[in-house]
Amino acid sequence: MAVFELPEWTALAPALILVATALLLFVFDSINPRTSNRSLLAGTSAIGSLTALGVAVWFMLAGVGTPSVDGGRGVVELFGGQFIVDQMALFFMVVVAVVTALVAVASYDYMEDHAYQAEYYSLVMLAATGMATMAAANSLVTIFIALELASLPSYALVSILKNNRGSVEAGLKYFLIGALSSAIFVYGVSLVYGATGHLQLDAIAENLEGAGEYGGLLGLGILMMIGGFAFKTASVPFHFWAPEAYEGAPAPISAFLSSASKAAGFVIAFRVFTTAFPIEATTAVIGIDWSLAFVILAIVTMTLGNFAAATQDNVKRMLAYSSIGHAGYALIGLAGLSADGGQLVMGAAMMHLLVYGFMNTGAFLFVALAEYWGVGRTFEDYNGLATQAPVACFALGIFMFSLAGIPPLGGFFSKYFLFVGAIEAGMLVVAAALVVNSALSLYYYARLVKAVWIEDPVADRGTLSQPTGLYAAIVFAAVLTVVALPVFGPIADAALDAAAVVIG
Amino acid sequence: MMIEALIAVALVGALVTFIAPNRIAGKLAFAISLIPAALSLWMFTVFDGSGNALLDGELAFESQMEWIQLGDYTISWFVGLDGISLPLVVLTTVLTTLAIMSSWTPIDDRESQFYGLLLFIEANLIGVFTALDFFVWFIFWEAVLIPMYLLIGVWGGPRRKYAAIKFFVYTNVASLLMFGAFITLVFGLGDAVTSFALPEVASAMLDGGPEGFLGVGGSTLASIVFVAMFLGFAVKVPIVPFHTWLPDAHVEAPTPASVLLAGVLLKMGTYALLRFNFTMFPEQVEAYAIPIAAIAVISVIYGAMLALAQTDLKRIVAYSSVSSMGYVILGLIAYTQFGVGGATFQMVSHGLISGLMFMAVGVIYNATHTRMVTDMSGMADRMPVAVGILVAGAFGYMGLPLMSGFFGEFTIFFGAFGAEQLPYSELFTPLAMFGIVIVAGYLLFALQRTVFGPYHLETDYEVGRAPLHDVAPMFVLLGIIILLGVAPELIFEMITDAVDPILENGGEL
Repeated sequence: MAVFELPEWTALAPALILVATALLLFVFDSINPRTSNRSLLAGTSAIGSLTALGVAVWFMLAGVGTPSVDGGRGVVELFGGQFIVDQMALFFMVVVAVVTALVAVASYDYMEDHAYQAEYYSLVMLAATGMATMAAANSLVTIFIALELASLPSYALVSILKNNRGSVEAGLKYFLIGALSSAIFVYGVSLVYGATGHLQLDAIAENLEGAGEYGGLLGLGILMMIGGFAFKTASVPFHFWAPEAYEGAPAPISAFLSSASKAAGFVIAFRVFTTAFPIEATTAVIGIDWSLAFVILAIVTMTLGNFAAATQDNVKRMLAYSSIGHAGYALIGLAGLSADGGQLVMGAAMMHLLVYGFMNTGAFLFVALAEYWGVGRTFEDYNGLATQAPVACFALGIFMFSLAGIPPLGGFFSKYFLFVGAIEAGMLVVAAALVVNSALSLYYYARLVKAVWIEDPVADRGTLSQPTGLYAAIVFAAVLTVVALPVFGPIADAALDAAAVVIG
Repeated sequence: MMIEALIAVALVGALVTFIAPNRIAGKLAFAISLIPAALSLWMFTVFDGSGNALLDGELAFESQMEWIQLGDYTISWFVGLDGISLPLVVLTTVLTTLAIMSSWTPIDDRESQFYGLLLFIEANLIGVFTALDFFVWFIFWEAVLIPMYLLIGVWGGPRRKYAAIKFFVYTNVASLLMFGAFITLVFGLGDAVTSFALPEVASAMLDGGPEGFLGVGGSTLASIVFVAMFLGFAVKVPIVPFHTWLPDAHVEAPTPASVLLAGVLLKMGTYALLRFNFTMFPEQVEAYAIPIAAIAVISVIYGAMLALAQTDLKRIVAYSSVSSMGYVILGLIAYTQFGVGGATFQMVSHGLISGLMFMAVGVIYNATHTRMVTDMSGMADRMPVAVGILVAGAFGYMGLPLMSGFFGEFTIFFGAFGAEQLPYSELFTPLAMFGIVIVAGYLLFALQRTVFGPYHLETDYEVGRAPLHDVAPMFVLLGIIILLGVAPELIFEMITDAVDPILENGGEL
């Protein structure tokens, strides 16, 4: 037994620490708005997110969110059930915090000489707060608020290079599609409320039967909410903002959005569809099995993302489409839920999102490094970088092969689990699509490795500097991708346990 | 923990070499690689295992540890050695050491990365031959690809980029097919297995096989999985018509990479065939005996014919690997003690001989900067030692008695000719034996043009004797080849000991 018990609200500490960091950054900025003391700002953000990470890991280890029957401290419900802190919430807080820390460290160099430094970091921290809150939100209202808290700073971040046309254009597109999908999502929420009379997820599940006569309405609401998730996770059919936004945004922000924001989108999808709409009860009311929608979305998303990525010449766009492809892989987690479980697929999807957080962030940070050097944007521009920057290019090789799912890197493990989960759930078509797409993806990932390691440089670049922050973040991400090998046992246990609690 | 030590030394050595300065990387890697080589030779002398690793045999240096719990299945770190895997592990460590020494002359760019990758490959190859849990095994299996891709792509010849990507895509797609098939099989076995450990899967397969999965009946499922896994491994072996990546990869790869590619990487395919298809599916082996034997014979003849048509020495050696691997498949499908045992022996033997041939061609290329048969003649005049070894290696390839190639091929033919399991074996075996005639034909033809006659060279390089560190590894290999030719029972005994339990389930002893 612990010597003293923390008050219950501290279960949200990771999110609270992130918001406190954001406010602290505002204070720094208001004390002296003209300086841009990069070390102070980036350091504060990094320390803040690392603290949040440490607290989240500590909570997980201490058994917060694990049902007491399994020796844990029980799932914490806050504010009348508006928020819930269970293992899954903590798991995704970890993902968000890791990515945020990497992005903050990398931005130290990337944002050099840019205006609005303090604003930049505090917006990152606010978006991270929103994402961490999404992980714990347990009612359609808190979910929507958290979603907007994550989205609004993201719009600003994408267009923060306000003298860069690409950045502004990307920001505008992102905002327009984001606003549209938010509207659709809220409309879906209102339909669900109309049909069931509740907003809190578990209350919705309890009142599904009463919604019998409004089955069609409820089905429409669910469909609209799927649209909202598709936007946040960059899945078909609301994926087309992603290549534009990721390409135009500053590369660390692309990393942030494609890793953390996507993971946060998935956590609400996981929670809503397991807690509020259990398959059997929902099917009885609306007449069709919603997991069918996710089967189709998963296959279409991964195939579309991969085929589009294979045709790109621009590295950042390739990564953007690959991130759509990976959203398709993670969607298997929802597609594989069935009346008698689905713990394995959902756990596998969570693992994939965690590993993806390392390897994809690392890949985008390498793009950030290339932009910092000013070597250009296409595959050809990257030719022969390995002769000048072997360490960073070695890390890039790790990210690419891991994204392609080659053992012994982290990406292989999570794809393996997804594959096994899909087979066990009897979704042979999905499993085959996963394998075929993985094989295809090797083509364009290997192309980047080939460019930096095998091709000869097209132009003389002169010496390339070694910015500390970017290098540190890239190397750290690479180490995490590799270290996934020995520690995958505990990661898998944590993810599977977390999925088991939510699925019930 | 000896196997872990082997892998760990190679892995740590790879990292150390990777960050070492280029100047000393070659020597450092060589020194490091001596440790696993010595260690594996010591393991060879104290080997006390018996039986087959998958069929309740006594494993040597076994170690098992639970790693990940995946739903109903346990994934464990599970390694061990039996009479089939130990010779291949020794082959790997010895060949790596020699390959490192042979690269001192040709490699003059980014040395630390080159030697680091060689050691990294070694670690993974040892892993492939020792792992007994499918998951662990697959990790090593796939991890071999990355360093080989880079070795070909960075240090290779003019068309290296094409060759590297072709190698990678071909073998990776094949691996995915095999991977999917095996996972499906494990699920098809239902409650009979609770882990991915190969012995457990093997015994479940032999105790009745899969009960069916997703509406596919048990025996159909077993057949589908058998064919899919066979195709997956066939690319790696390679068997005609999946061989086209091999000549490209070999010709473009730098000599040391070719040595490991032909010497050990191809053996991964045949080793896996033996471990999976021929151990777990005795019924399917019998059912598909004719098509597989036909493919084997076609590989032998067609590979040899292709070699006959080449004028590039390296391409000749590369295509003759396709031919030699056909013998291995023929021996396996014969399903007799001499057939399967001879095939396993031939894996080791071919690893040594083709490694030797690639080294010899590499040494000549280092001096002349050409590999074209038409560009040179009378090389024996200028490089007597290196050329002498080349000739010896060629004779080993042709199956000269008292060299290991003879014993391997002889036992295969002996085992295949009278095989009851294999219909028309009296037809297949002589057809395959005809391959030897073609092999002798193209090798002698090439040697006659390049080695003998008056000295002539199309390039402007000054050709002198090869340095000692180029020749020494070839002498070592030649010594082992003759040793195994004179005293094949050194490894053949442990091989048959491990092969016999396989044949108890379906073949004939």
